[in-house]
Amino acid sequence: MSRLDTTFDELKARDEKAMGLFLTDGFPAPDATVPLLHALDRGDVDFIELGMPFSDPLAEGRPIQRASARALDHGVTMRDTFRRAETFRSESDTPLLLMGYVNPVLKYGIEAFCKDAAAAGVDGLILPDLPPEESDALTETAADHNLDLVFLIAPNSSDDRIQTVDQRATGFVYAVSITGLTGGDLSGAPTVDDYLKRARGLVQQNPLLVGFGIKTHEDAMRLSRHTDGFIVGSALINTVDELWNDDTLSMDDRLDAVEQFTRRLKHGTPTAAS
Amino acid sequence: MAEPTLSPTTYSAPDNSGHFGSYGGAFVPETLTPVLEELRAAYKTYKDDPDFKEEFRHHLREYVGRPTPLSYCERLTDEIGGARIYAKREDLCHTGAHKINNTIGQIMLATRMGKERIIAETGAGQHGVATATVCAKFGVDCVIYMGAEDIERQRLNVERMRLLGAEVREVTTGSQTLKEATSEAIRDWVSNPEDTFYIIGSVVGPHPYPTMVRDFHRVIGTETRDQLREVEGRETPDAIVACVGGGSNAMGIFHPFLDDEDVELHGAEAAGQGLNGKHAATLAKGSPGVLHGAMSYLLQDGEGQIELAHSLSAGLDYPGVGPEHAYLRDTGRVTYHPVTDEEALAGVQRLSRTEGIIPALETAHAVHLLPDLARDLADERGEDAVIVFNCSGRGDKDMDTIAKHL
Repeated sequence: MSRLDTTFDELKARDEKAMGLFLTDGFPAPDATVPLLHALDRGDVDFIELGMPFSDPLAEGRPIQRASARALDHGVTMRDTFRRAETFRSESDTPLLLMGYVNPVLKYGIEAFCKDAAAAGVDGLILPDLPPEESDALTETAADHNLDLVFLIAPNSSDDRIQTVDQRATGFVYAVSITGLTGGDLSGAPTVDDYLKRARGLVQQNPLLVGFGIKTHEDAMRLSRHTDGFIVGSALINTVDELWNDDTLSMDDRLDAVEQFTRRLKHGTPTAAS
Repeated sequence: MAEPTLSPTTYSAPDNSGHFGSYGGAFVPETLTPVLEELRAAYKTYKDDPDFKEEFRHHLREYVGRPTPLSYCERLTDEIGGARIYAKREDLCHTGAHKINNTIGQIMLATRMGKERIIAETGAGQHGVATATVCAKFGVDCVIYMGAEDIERQRLNVERMRLLGAEVREVTTGSQTLKEATSEAIRDWVSNPEDTFYIIGSVVGPHPYPTMVRDFHRVIGTETRDQLREVEGRETPDAIVACVGGGSNAMGIFHPFLDDEDVELHGAEAAGQGLNGKHAATLAKGSPGVLHGAMSYLLQDGEGQIELAHSLSAGLDYPGVGPEHAYLRDTGRVTYHPVTDEEALAGVQRLSRTEGIIPALETAHAVHLLPDLARDLADERGEDAVIVFNCSGRGDKDMDTIAKHL
């Protein structure tokens, strides 16, 4: 049983929604990544998606585009990402997935990538520009290395499509909340509830998580009514960006603030959480 | 006679899922999967629909001005002293380049699919102008994404697009050229999948675009066959030459000749300042990878990050190439040659002075290949050897750049 499966089972037993957080590796600086991952951990994150920076991230809104560009300016490589994943893994059991675009993975080599990711303690992969149809080689190799391979669905996915994705995915199915980019505006998606209800009925084999555009605990609770949990990326990236731009804060202040942000996202205001 | 004969070796790429060998496919965010399925279904329905075909032919004839001439380049041929050179005059198409063959086809498809809004990317601005033109003609809203650097070097085309009623959105991320303009157009499409049709300007992008765009441009090659039969008494030349950025004009003229093994096919890609400097020679120096929805050759670093291309010609300034060209390179059916900025500028001068045709900088890359090829062919096949080069666009848009560098 994978770390991700165990986590979802435990949360389900407690009737609690899973919270996944996305953070670009090397953002805002390479030496900030591991401390940030630990801050998320302390804030009660259930699993982490570590973003592999890419030069041309097609599905991203501005915050993650900029985070990715900044990480690349710092010269982040895939080996760096594996190294930081391994460091985090040596001190935490929180499930860790790598999320990014397919080209750097292909360049690294599918076999080498899966082998090194697994050796670093990575639990799974999410590659938004790799649909199931193009994923035969990766599906097989990821399975050989016990890596979950998450696929995505969108509001305009047909019922058949959602079922196909569920059959191909392992770990969970990622329901994109809106037809749009990461960090997009949820208010323009009035039918999101109908869509997630439909998806809930169709996704049988995997947990269903919703992401894109979730900024607050309230957003998260509203959207995860029909799902097993939710994912936040851009709002975290924006928070980190603001904290690191504030020169009056010490590193500990920043990491504490990220921990608080994480806890609020998961449990709501401190009084509601107790 | 114009129909290619069927044989076991008949070229049939791509397969049903849009793969040319190991290239092509559809590597897109999930939101676009249903959109591409809808487009594939619509294209499949209409490409053999008699009404659609008749309307397409009608617009090409009455609006684009087809057939374009096949001009014998007498002085160029004499100056070089080799095979007889013909220019397929796509520069005489309405709007000044071959691009409009494709935009007519795609806007006909878009309106039949009930799409109310058109988006497109542009580098040199030729595809942007061709898209803005058909949007004006068909009365559809039009947004063109264009890199800030390209807006600067192709100002004339920006003004044309605006005059035609299009909104030109400046892209200021990354290299501020065609790569980023394409990424932004795709992001717009992901955000507006229901009402928006993306008119891609080359044989790039996810399936079905490389096939569909090629098919809309095949008219260049099929006309060439007919015209050669008339003027030379033979329907196949000894060689065809075309420039390759994404590669749409090249696929359009090559495709009807792929099964004719005696016809040499040559592509000219942009070597910029030279292969050891900044360039856009994807097929010479790139390696396979995924960008903008398809597997093809790319300029990328050891980490799989896309590298910036460079070419004086905005239309070739792209770090990728159409997947069918990647396939034709690997199979050896087409030979691709890197041509530098300097060689292209010399090509502009040569064609201008010998034939009175000012070619686009893109087209001028193909002109550079002519002298060596004409002499080699004459040596190998005799003085009556024939070369056709695709004169894909006219140079008006490049006058600022040309003036600055000559």
